[in-house]
Amino acid sequence: MGRIKTYFSTMDRTSRDDFITYGGLLVVFIVMQGLLSAGMLSNQMRGLLVPLCVYAIMAIALNLVVGTLGELSIGHAGFMCVGAFSSAFFSKINPDMPDLPRFIIAIIIGGVVAGIFGFLIGIPVLRLNGDYLAIVTLAFGEIIKNIINALYVGVDEKGYHFSLSSVNDMGMDPLNGNIIINGPQGVTGTPRSATFAISMVVLFISLIVILNLTHSRDGRAIMAVRDNYIAAESVGINITRYKLTAFTISAVISGFAGALYAHNLATLVATPARFGYNMSIMFLVFVVLGGIGSTRGAIVASVVLTLIPELLRPIQSYRMLIYAIVLIVIMLVNWSPKSRAFMETHSLKRFLFKKGGKEDK
Amino acid sequence: MVSFFTNLINGLSLGSIYAIIAIGYTMVYGIAKMLNFAHGDIIMVGAFIAYTVISTFKLPVWLGIVAAVIVCTCLGVAIEKIAYKPLRKASSPLAVLITAIGVSYFLQNSALLIFGSDPKMFSSVVPFGNLTIGPLQIPGTTIVSIVVSLVLVGALQLFINKTKPGQAMLACAQDRDAASLMGISVNGTITLTFAIGSAMAAIAGVLLCSAYPTLSPTTGAMPGIKAFVAAVFGGIGSIPGAMIGGLLLGIIEILSRSYISSQLSDAIVFSVLILVLLVRPTGIMGKVIQEKV
Repeated sequence: MGRIKTYFSTMDRTSRDDFITYGGLLVVFIVMQGLLSAGMLSNQMRGLLVPLCVYAIMAIALNLVVGTLGELSIGHAGFMCVGAFSSAFFSKINPDMPDLPRFIIAIIIGGVVAGIFGFLIGIPVLRLNGDYLAIVTLAFGEIIKNIINALYVGVDEKGYHFSLSSVNDMGMDPLNGNIIINGPQGVTGTPRSATFAISMVVLFISLIVILNLTHSRDGRAIMAVRDNYIAAESVGINITRYKLTAFTISAVISGFAGALYAHNLATLVATPARFGYNMSIMFLVFVVLGGIGSTRGAIVASVVLTLIPELLRPIQSYRMLIYAIVLIVIMLVNWSPKSRAFMETHSLKRFLFKKGGKEDK
Repeated sequence: MVSFFTNLINGLSLGSIYAIIAIGYTMVYGIAKMLNFAHGDIIMVGAFIAYTVISTFKLPVWLGIVAAVIVCTCLGVAIEKIAYKPLRKASSPLAVLITAIGVSYFLQNSALLIFGSDPKMFSSVVPFGNLTIGPLQIPGTTIVSIVVSLVLVGALQLFINKTKPGQAMLACAQDRDAASLMGISVNGTITLTFAIGSAMAAIAGVLLCSAYPTLSPTTGAMPGIKAFVAAVFGGIGSIPGAMIGGLLLGIIEILSRSYISSQLSDAIVFSVLILVLLVRPTGIMGKVIQEKV
């Protein structure tokens, strides 16, 4: 035990931080998996496990853009939407493949397609700055949702048929054809392959990618762009390249999350509440409340903020109101300079140690 | 040809409502430097107040509009004081954005609790019917929306350019610290901005629901986002820009809905926005500010 303790104290700060993140997540995973196999979870909790992982993945993906790259994106649900629909499409056209390999390929496809979208969207978008960038990401998210809502894809012997207006316009054989994406009705009958374990594995992989990226040379370059892009450019950092890297990786991971999301639902529909800006904003709330730039915080915030409204379900009609008030109060307490100063002078640490702020040498 | 002009006029009508909302967005952004996500929900509150006064209490229409304006003005000022002001000097500009989202949820869910989720039928506040010019039929609501938005923009331009509080707003928009050194009350000016923006949102709410008569707690959300797009379109911070942006957006939306695809109209509107921003990254009327090192 003592040796572990010494080892722990000799670690540098970053590795210790990562150690806590991975370790904490692993413990949560083992505990939840244990409870799950012992059948000790309520139906409601069981239904929440995969969405919680999805939201956590989205939160860390968005945190890469908002926290590490420092650009505000209100369109990340769009990438998730692309990942969800492309992976569901793949699973639907390959009904005979065994479940697990198909799901793994579907996740990869979701990530790759979302990544391509992220790259293509990133090229024009990342030329803009600040709020303009935010509004364009919002616009892209809405465009993706809108197009998917109007998209019809079917398959028959002659191959694939597409239309942007109605089922009949596809020119598909109505008897032998198989509708895959049915406009506003979305995709139905996607195999429900997403389990808690697979979702956790995807979360771990995303976490490893993101943490390693942020600690790497590239990650430091990305943060340099965030802190002062003029200074970064003047020391030879290619701003566009690093912005695009971070944005694309974030889109790929959002695509993974989308694939998990799609394979957890019997019907996948792009409603405003599901893939519209509301959802993007929800992820943004996770990131900001978790502490902008903190990957671990993003995960914790996504879990807590998903559980609060769920636990408040007994008081049905008041729950979203309470959620809103909690959100406002947390923001005011955490971020207002006055309350920060108050917390500093009245902190528990200071009360216990009775000296000014320097107790942890 | 007649149908084209009808569509154009419908577009102008919707566009002038967007313009009124967008002006509120743009003023708040220009002076407080924040995206007020709750602005769209203030529209909804305004419409609900007018609905309650006119349809539930059976009071005259003008009283409903006045009540909506007064309630929204007070609401806007209260939101600013309680939720936004403490965060004005926060280290991250995202803090106040998230708080605004919280306020938006709060308003929507309060309305949901008070008025229920089923849509209400809002009866038009415009006392006269269609105006016929040759083969064209112009609804009364359309004329009123266009006239009201023109009058409001004119009055606001006069107010900003000719009065002391208006000049104070301009000064705060340019440089808040320098303005406060010149003896301008920055807090007072920001409060005034929120008051004007919210009052205009109330009027927009009444007009919006007169033109599109279903009213529910989420009525304001999409027009709010569209108006925000319009404000960016015209160059955020510029009042004539917001007016032009709003009108263009309304026309593009209605024309693409009737000639291209009703399902894809939102996608087309947003694509046009992206194209405009790629050619002119600060919007149509926005000033290009060279960043100094």
